[in-house]
Amino acid sequence: MWAFIHKLGSPKWFYGISARMQPWFWIAAVLLIAVGSVWGLAFAPADYQQGNSFRIIYVHVPAAFLAQSIFVGLAVSGLVFLVWKIKVADMAAAVMAPLGAAMTFIALFSGAVWGVPTWGTWWMWDARLTSMLILLFLYLGVIALRGAFSSRDSGSRAASVLAMVGVINIPIIKYSVDWWYTLHQPASFTLTSRPSMPVDMWWPLLLMVLGFYCFFIALTLMRTRNEILRREASKRWVRDLAREEG
Amino acid sequence: MRPKRKQRLYVILGLVCLAAIAVGLTLYALRSNINLFFSPIQIANGEAPVDRQIRAGGMVKEGTVSRDPASLDVEFVITDYVEELEVRYSGILPDLFREGQGVVVVGRLGEDNRLRADQVLAKHDENYMPSEVAEALEAAGYSPADYAAEYSAEKKADASYGEQAEKTE
Repeated sequence: MWAFIHKLGSPKWFYGISARMQPWFWIAAVLLIAVGSVWGLAFAPADYQQGNSFRIIYVHVPAAFLAQSIFVGLAVSGLVFLVWKIKVADMAAAVMAPLGAAMTFIALFSGAVWGVPTWGTWWMWDARLTSMLILLFLYLGVIALRGAFSSRDSGSRAASVLAMVGVINIPIIKYSVDWWYTLHQPASFTLTSRPSMPVDMWWPLLLMVLGFYCFFIALTLMRTRNEILRREASKRWVRDLAREEG
Repeated sequence: MRPKRKQRLYVILGLVCLAAIAVGLTLYALRSNINLFFSPIQIANGEAPVDRQIRAGGMVKEGTVSRDPASLDVEFVITDYVEELEVRYSGILPDLFREGQGVVVVGRLGEDNRLRADQVLAKHDENYMPSEVAEALEAAGYSPADYAAEYSAEKKADASYGEQAEKTE
């Protein structure tokens, strides 16, 4: 296990193993999202109160899950990069941040669209919505900070520190609906307790959540590979690779 | 682990811990402002300011919604199953508004302890149910709203119990 993690730190080895893993994650992502969205949007029964507008859950919940998970990923990569100086971790962090920001935006936007018919307002400064908006700004801050330094190493270090400090916001987002009175409802989808919806609504949601995670992994592997080639362009193994391909 | 790396790890973890403590204390100090609404218990205890815009939240009590047939005026009572609050509102209610549903009302508290609402928002709980199941429940003599309301009432009771305990300390 440790040997495997250690080898992941080598850009060359990571480049090789990710090439073999990548197609499987792409296939899984396409299948899961295709089945999940058709099932969720067309075949799952409508909610007795919200009607069809509840179907936004099939995009909103997976996007919100990813938004939070990716930020935890940024913080862990930042820690690994700062303490062990593993460059692959920093490359992964660099490519994960824009996807996380996009997912946060999707979660906020789909929530607002759902809020208009359900709550009667598209925005309310409650703890969940506000902390999610802060997450979006943290993502934008991490992306901007990385680009704000003339030396790449300083930018990486600054972005890692911001990601690690910003990760404090994640438990606040998660527990905001339990700690304070909010307009946003508590979690409907958990793996630890009895689902608060019948199975024919819950299954497509599970498929969508898994599909979004596979999509995230596949995209991160692909983009990290590009980032490796870009940063290691002067290394011998990359040159050899380019000669073989060319 | 090499001493240099160990030191870096401790410095970073220390930094994150300090930041977490700072954020935690700030949120703790601001906790009454972070709550989106006052519960009827808090209003009955006089915690909510009079004649200033506030938000109040609770369940619409069964059998208390009375509409004026000639206008959009509506009166109802919101409850947290301990205290109650009378609300008057004039305007269009959200689709999800019904008896037994959680709502958040925005408005001013009068001297008579009635709330004059400018806006009524429906609060959706975390339970989802297909219409067929809801119909089957109704046919069997259960109300789907009750099923949701009971659950929320339990949660509310837990939350307000926590606050009461805090006050007695």
